Amino acid sequence: MIKAKVRVKNFKIDGICVTGQSNQTILEVARDNGIDIPTLCHLRGLSDVGSCRMCIVEIEGRHEPIPSCTAKIKEGMEVTTSSPEIKAAREMILSMMFSERYHTCSTCVVNGDCQLQSKSVELELSHSFTPYLNQRFEIDASHKNFVNDPNKCILCTRCIRVCDEIEGAHALDLFGRGLGTRVIHDMDEPWADSTSCTSCGKCVYVCPTGALYEKDISEEEIIKKREIVTELVKNRGQK
Amino acid sequence: MKKIRLGTIWLDGCSGCHMSFLDMDERLIELAEYVDVVYSPYVDMKEFPEDVDLTIVEGALSTDHDIKMIKKIRKNSKLILALGDCAITGNVSAMKNLYGSEAILQKGYFDLADLNHEYPSKVVPTLLDMVIPLHEAVKVDYFLPGCPTPADAIYEMLKALIEGREINIHELTRFGK
Repeated sequence: MIKAKVRVKNFKIDGICVTGQSNQTILEVARDNGIDIPTLCHLRGLSDVGSCRMCIVEIEGRHEPIPSCTAKIKEGMEVTTSSPEIKAAREMILSMMFSERYHTCSTCVVNGDCQLQSKSVELELSHSFTPYLNQRFEIDASHKNFVNDPNKCILCTRCIRVCDEIEGAHALDLFGRGLGTRVIHDMDEPWADSTSCTSCGKCVYVCPTGALYEKDISEEEIIKKREIVTELVKNRGQK
Repeated sequence: MKKIRLGTIWLDGCSGCHMSFLDMDERLIELAEYVDVVYSPYVDMKEFPEDVDLTIVEGALSTDHDIKMIKKIRKNSKLILALGDCAITGNVSAMKNLYGSEAILQKGYFDLADLNHEYPSKVVPTLLDMVIPLHEAVKVDYFLPGCPTPADAIYEMLKALIEGREINIHELTRFGK
């Protein structure tokens, strides 16, 4: 494989002059320079898909904001990471995540260790701006160790990516469209019947919410080891 | 100084937020210097009064009576504070939305009942199809989440309102706290 030549590019983030390599994303360069952009579906060590839209930024000359985790840097571009419009858009996105499915923090097993919940504090979301949809999905508790509760899923696809890219099994994928989309095992079989799942539990560890969790562990005991993947990738020397 | 006319009400919730209110302990004495509690489960008042400055509402809206009450509260109060997750998100009260009121009534009054198999039709209010948070029915001025909202957060919020200053409630509480 011929590698594309990596060039150095200069551009601005929030008026600060920064430099990055042409294969880097806006998010990577921003973090290298200590500029914080909120993220949710992004996890260091996994590929980026821009599914949650939390990291949207404004680019001078563009009409709509774009997710910084998937946008490659360009010479001379001017990026704005925070503005009243961006803030309002992020709040609305978060609001839609809360109202789309059934995120009842008080009864959730990951209460206190949930990245959707902590995002509501970080972005200062007081309440949902969109009406609750009250959709119900069947819970898959067939696996001996783990549970898949689509009612708490935000469709970030971290589980799918970790299973494919790190474990190499690709036992999970998305099924259906729009509001009814859910994460399935194999050909939408019960988790226990999945022949490709290795029961490694990486999907459970990286899940930002309580959609995937370990059985027989109480709210107080649960610890999601989300950075385990970042460590694993580092040790393998991939990124 | 004129005292603030304060109302508190408990709609479809567990009263945990009202318990949390009482958990302010000795700080209640301090607050009593600034507020008059004119309507509340804590005081004996049958009708919701007029000219209330602030009404603290715990719980979601799940019956026709809740809707009637919240509209009256909105009409008679200058400000409404949604207290706790049920008032803000529906929370546990809204769990039945996933199955519908019909299924819940069937379970409670037929499947699990030993005698008198019938739906309640008198005295108790009629359930709405869907439990909704306060802001889906009326304008809400302040939101103070938590399950229940911690006493410290209620105290800081009330103090800030009394003193007319802004506070960041996200430092004090969150959904599910």
